[in-house]
Amino acid sequence: MNLLRRNDLIMLAFGIVVFAVLQGLMEEGIIGSFWKLNLMLIGINIIMSVSLNLINGYTGQFSLGHAGFMAVGAYVGVVLTTNFHVPFLGALLAGGAAAGFLGFLIGLPTLRLRGDYLAIATLGLGEIIRIVIMNIEYVGGAAGFRNIPHYTNFAWVFFIMLFTLFFIKNFVNSSHGRACIAIRENEIAAEAMGVNTTKYKIMAFTIGAAFAGIAGGLFAHNYYIISPASFTFMQSFIFLIMVVLGGLGSITGGIAGAFFVTFISAALANWPEYRMIIFALLLILLMFYRPQGLFGYVEITNMGIFRKILKRGGTA
Amino acid sequence: MELSQQLLQQLINGISLGSIYALIALGYTMIYGIIKLINFAHGDIYMVGAYVGFFAITQAQVSILPALLISMVVTGLLGMLVEKLAYKPLRHAPRISILITAIGVSFFLEYASMYFVSPTPRTFPEVIDNVAFHVGDLVINGQQLLILGITVVLMAILTYIVQKTKLGKAMRAASFDTETAQLMGVNADQVISFTFVIGSSLAAVAGVLVGVYYNSIDPLMGIMPGLKAFVAAVLGGIGILPGAVVGGLVLGVIEALVSGFISSTFRDAAAFAILILVLLFKPSGLFGKNTNEKV
Amino acid sequence: MAAELMRVEDVSEVFGGLKAVSDFNFYINKGELVGLIGPNGAGKTTVFNLFTGVYQPTTGTITFNGKSIVGLKPYQITQRGIARTFQNIRLFSELSVLDNVKIAYHCHVKYGLLETVLRMGRYFQEEKEIEEESMKLLSVFKLDDKADEMAKNLPYGAQRRLEIARALAAKPKLLLLDEPAAGMNPQETKELMDMIRWIRKEFGLTVLLIEHDMNLVMGICERIYVLEYGMVIASGHPEEIKKNPEVIRAYLGGGA
Repeated sequence: MNLLRRNDLIMLAFGIVVFAVLQGLMEEGIIGSFWKLNLMLIGINIIMSVSLNLINGYTGQFSLGHAGFMAVGAYVGVVLTTNFHVPFLGALLAGGAAAGFLGFLIGLPTLRLRGDYLAIATLGLGEIIRIVIMNIEYVGGAAGFRNIPHYTNFAWVFFIMLFTLFFIKNFVNSSHGRACIAIRENEIAAEAMGVNTTKYKIMAFTIGAAFAGIAGGLFAHNYYIISPASFTFMQSFIFLIMVVLGGLGSITGGIAGAFFVTFISAALANWPEYRMIIFALLLILLMFYRPQGLFGYVEITNMGIFRKILKRGGTA
Repeated sequence: MELSQQLLQQLINGISLGSIYALIALGYTMIYGIIKLINFAHGDIYMVGAYVGFFAITQAQVSILPALLISMVVTGLLGMLVEKLAYKPLRHAPRISILITAIGVSFFLEYASMYFVSPTPRTFPEVIDNVAFHVGDLVINGQQLLILGITVVLMAILTYIVQKTKLGKAMRAASFDTETAQLMGVNADQVISFTFVIGSSLAAVAGVLVGVYYNSIDPLMGIMPGLKAFVAAVLGGIGILPGAVVGGLVLGVIEALVSGFISSTFRDAAAFAILILVLLFKPSGLFGKNTNEKV
Repeated sequence: MAAELMRVEDVSEVFGGLKAVSDFNFYINKGELVGLIGPNGAGKTTVFNLFTGVYQPTTGTITFNGKSIVGLKPYQITQRGIARTFQNIRLFSELSVLDNVKIAYHCHVKYGLLETVLRMGRYFQEEKEIEEESMKLLSVFKLDDKADEMAKNLPYGAQRRLEIARALAAKPKLLLLDEPAAGMNPQETKELMDMIRWIRKEFGLTVLLIEHDMNLVMGICERIYVLEYGMVIASGHPEEIKKNPEVIRAYLGGGA
């Protein structure tokens, strides 16, 4: 058991080293402002894809409304910091709580639906969220919300991302996480083994939505203005691409997917058509040859050298 | 204008729009009926149809009816090609894999079109005289009549094909139970191809008609109508042909009423709200019946 | 006499006008091993689905351990102490053999969400116990050397054993086995019989099984219910059942 704690500490130390190196490179100007912005986006997208993976990959509930929850977190966050001068952390948590609560409310009725029906219903709900925001004059409507204080920096993004990874990793490696995975594998058998399937679907959905909300807060405070146009279902599709490319049911995969998609998007920023054509072809080819995604259900901590360093690493 | 008149006017607008949804929804529902796939790319097939019609009219200088036919043929073949290349290899894969593939195909069609025809919207040429018929205070314009006329004709042809021809019977058999139909000598591959051809060519007609109606087309025009046509198909009961038509018309009318009496920004939200209400309270749709997984 | 564990009175199940089970009466005592047999489509699996909350009885009462379980959801019934296997195997096929068993400990886990994500308190202790108990259970079913293999890669007989092991991990009082010997050869069936006898003794279980294999049922069951068209046509000791003309007629056809 102490081995597991030790592994967490090793991972934490590794994370801090990565942070220090990146931060140093930024301060030295070796990583310029364009890539600095994209590193932050990668961090935010990792939170989005890993939290979406909890719903889609681990619990097997196909959600296409993740951008909607991000929008809720973003708007609650900016209203609190801009209009009420709430401290940043408080605003982030409130945004996460609001998104989580909405996820809970939405999940309660919709998670009875299966497969493609759930996908379409969540897509619709995400759009409804966006359209409602667009019609609230208080937050600037379609024109967007202005004068947001610039609170987000690389440290905030990195450490909240690290916390998200630990949270989700610990969750899926527990009896609660196994209950979610059992639902994905065979809902009827899961129920017969004593898993309250409704409860765990909603739990996964709520946790996923809450982290999307926090990511939304981080995202919003990185800009002077945000508008509902940043949170369309096309954006939800992008998060889905990250999860599917990386691996449905793998945290490593979620990280890799977020990294890859954000990186390609940045590198091809001037040729947006190519970017989407590449993603589209990748999605199709992946479904043909490796439908479980690059990492499938595997975690990097269970591979070769990592396994040696970590002894019996956190099993997925 | 009085309230009742305004209501009637919105009804007319709604039915025109609803006919378009119905044409796209028919393809959705036929494809779902036969391979249980929400063909996310169907809306983009419709977009391609609009562009084919546009180029037929502007480049080949043909009039509206030949343009419709050209668009139906080209787009029908495209639909068949998409099925053969992208969906057929995954016929026995989990449904989510095929759904993700369909999302991929959808993106591919959108952005490949953007690459070839540029993202800028094109102005659709005026193909019929801009006439308007006044009935009291109500206005029905030529485009609306064209849409209604063509929709009715196509529905009649489709009904004939599905009810009377051998291929139509094979389609119905396959959508009821593909495996049994195959045992009875139905060539499933052929039937699926045929379904994609018909569904795609109906979408192509919808695309051209929308171009005529709204005068503007662009590579991303298929996303929203595609989703809404799916809503229409679910509303009517997915897999049921008359359901798709009724669903499309109902959705069109509701949208027209919402934009006319509440606000046009809530138009899209209304469609999604209907979808969610239907899925929650009658997931089998207006004309469907419920089924449960056997334990 | 041993205490009664489950009593079912006048249960009927109607599916759209069709009576799948009618006026079903049944009891099982603690520690008993009872068989439920009948021709295909007689309603045996429907009975299991009624016992486990997958279906709700149209009429009638089901009491388990002195309390009614009518209206409870399947997971609640599992928590009350009834676990089952499925006629068509329902393993978590993409998961390891070990994880399949671990999942079934779910309702006995006490640590909460906070302890999970912060890795505090009871988490480590309980996870360790679950792992040890799961391995012990797997070794009973001769699956311990396959603990890390994916469930779908096991041979058929091993999958059936794993399903039983998984059901036992839920620590049931009553174990329902739906055709446990289906698809097994005579040798495997014989081993299965020994194993069922053994686990009943070892875990202090009560067992109800559905089976087509007459040898298995007659060999190990103390009492047998025979279903036909959703009705009990005979019940009693194996010897009585063997001689019952109604049963012979139902199984062999004709007017014996």
